[in-house]
Amino acid sequence: MIDLLVAPFEFGFMQRAFVGGVLVGAICALVGTYVVLRGLAFVGDALAHAAFPGVVIAYLLKGNIYVGATIFALATALAIGLVSRRGRVSYDTAIGILFAGAFALGVLLMSTIHGYTVDLFSFLFGNVLGISTRDLLLVGILGAIVVLTIILFYKELLLLSFDPTVAEAMGYPVQALNYLLLGLIALTIVISIQAVGIILVVALLVTPSATAYLLTERFFRMMILGVVLAALAAVIGLYLSYYLNVASGAAIVLVSTCLFFLVLASRRLWTAKTRRA
Amino acid sequence: MDKKPWKYCLEVRDLTAGYGGKPAIEGVTFAVAPGQMVGVIGPNGAGKSTLFKAILGLIPRQRGEILLHEAPALSQRPLMGYLPQLEEINRDFPVSVEDVVMMGRYPRVGWCRQPRPADDSVVRQALARVDLVPHAGTQIGRLSGGQQQRTLLARVLAQDPHLLLLDEPVSGVDATTQHAIFALLEELRENGKTVVVATHDLNCVVERFDQVLCINRRVIAYGPPKEVFREDTLSRTYGNHLMVVQVGDRRVVVADEHGH
Repeated sequence: MIDLLVAPFEFGFMQRAFVGGVLVGAICALVGTYVVLRGLAFVGDALAHAAFPGVVIAYLLKGNIYVGATIFALATALAIGLVSRRGRVSYDTAIGILFAGAFALGVLLMSTIHGYTVDLFSFLFGNVLGISTRDLLLVGILGAIVVLTIILFYKELLLLSFDPTVAEAMGYPVQALNYLLLGLIALTIVISIQAVGIILVVALLVTPSATAYLLTERFFRMMILGVVLAALAAVIGLYLSYYLNVASGAAIVLVSTCLFFLVLASRRLWTAKTRRA
Repeated sequence: MDKKPWKYCLEVRDLTAGYGGKPAIEGVTFAVAPGQMVGVIGPNGAGKSTLFKAILGLIPRQRGEILLHEAPALSQRPLMGYLPQLEEINRDFPVSVEDVVMMGRYPRVGWCRQPRPADDSVVRQALARVDLVPHAGTQIGRLSGGQQQRTLLARVLAQDPHLLLLDEPVSGVDATTQHAIFALLEELRENGKTVVVATHDLNCVVERFDQVLCINRRVIAYGPPKEVFREDTLSRTYGNHLMVVQVGDRRVVVADEHGH
């Protein structure tokens, strides 16, 4: 049994994958707490897709894909913030237009490369097994920025999420705080692209936090539980990926999804039982 | 801080505000002396909530001036405590009663700082004043409507503002909570706070408030309840949404809350 658990760690790429998977999952769950409570899943998905052309351009220019993705994700976060300040077109329609267009640009650019399918696949679905030490360093630095920002603005982001009207009445710069939150989501997505890819990022952003939301009625505990659940999903997912030889990002996401339904089902059972008693 | 007594705590001059083309309130002018309790009455859609939101800078102002202690109100927003209508809060949010009340301390705690023990004791006191100490650790969605309303009121108390703007604090809550809230308002007045309350309870306004502001898009009347509560002013304020009922030797005024 112990051998089975230890075996994957003989490989350097698996060690890096475990560190990367847990790190990425944890950061996603921290930011995901806000995403779930404010109903920003669609915005998160949009930011992920909008980062794609940035990834492709960086790839074409042989630059760093994290830099490209960061620029595009942050620019889109800014655009979403601007659009949300009222207009004829509704918020979700505007986001739909924006992210589908950006994603199409990415696909178009990608199609100019001869034999592009393999790389395209890895951007869309990620490959945590291919994460390099340099990637890990970048994930660590960007992750530290996200965590530090959340610590510094914990009170303000909590108030903004719970009661934006009163936050504004108290004189807080609500619009700036909204941008800050969008920026945090954008950075988190950039961090996650290598691990789970553009299409699946939203799962990491939403699922562990939603599971935690079922288990607690306190904000801080929801954050911590989300981190634990995300780390658990990353570890189990990577073992599954190693032994069953299946895609790592998809395995992590599916474990996370299973945990969600497990908790949901046991909650239902528990509620039914206490009601009968 | 300047200790000189201000003539007015709040001054609203020629305020026109609202979204889009037709403003919800027009040319509203009134002033509130420090320590006074003012009731704002009018039918639904008359602009009571709009007035509060415009004072707090939550909706665009098209014209006019709002002064708090003779300086622009918007530059001193932490000094104004706001109790929005109850239906505007997210009941499923994972915070306890205590957490919500602590939010009132945030402007005083300041950016990038943690609440200190002194803030904890202010929160305790605020909870005690609204009788919610036993529920300090309860998630807000598990409370009754009245308890939720008292939680939000405790948050305003913890903020320790100079001016309190309460938007229908007693609508849709049980009688016990109503009495508790009004007793608390009296206490606030004794402590020299200035309180502006939007309400449908006209009888209560007569009994407890210093001034009444009758509003229906414009100011219909402003003054002490005994002067303002005449049939012609009330019927101009409410149109057809008002009944005067004779109960024994008292005339009781009943406003139609649902304003058809």
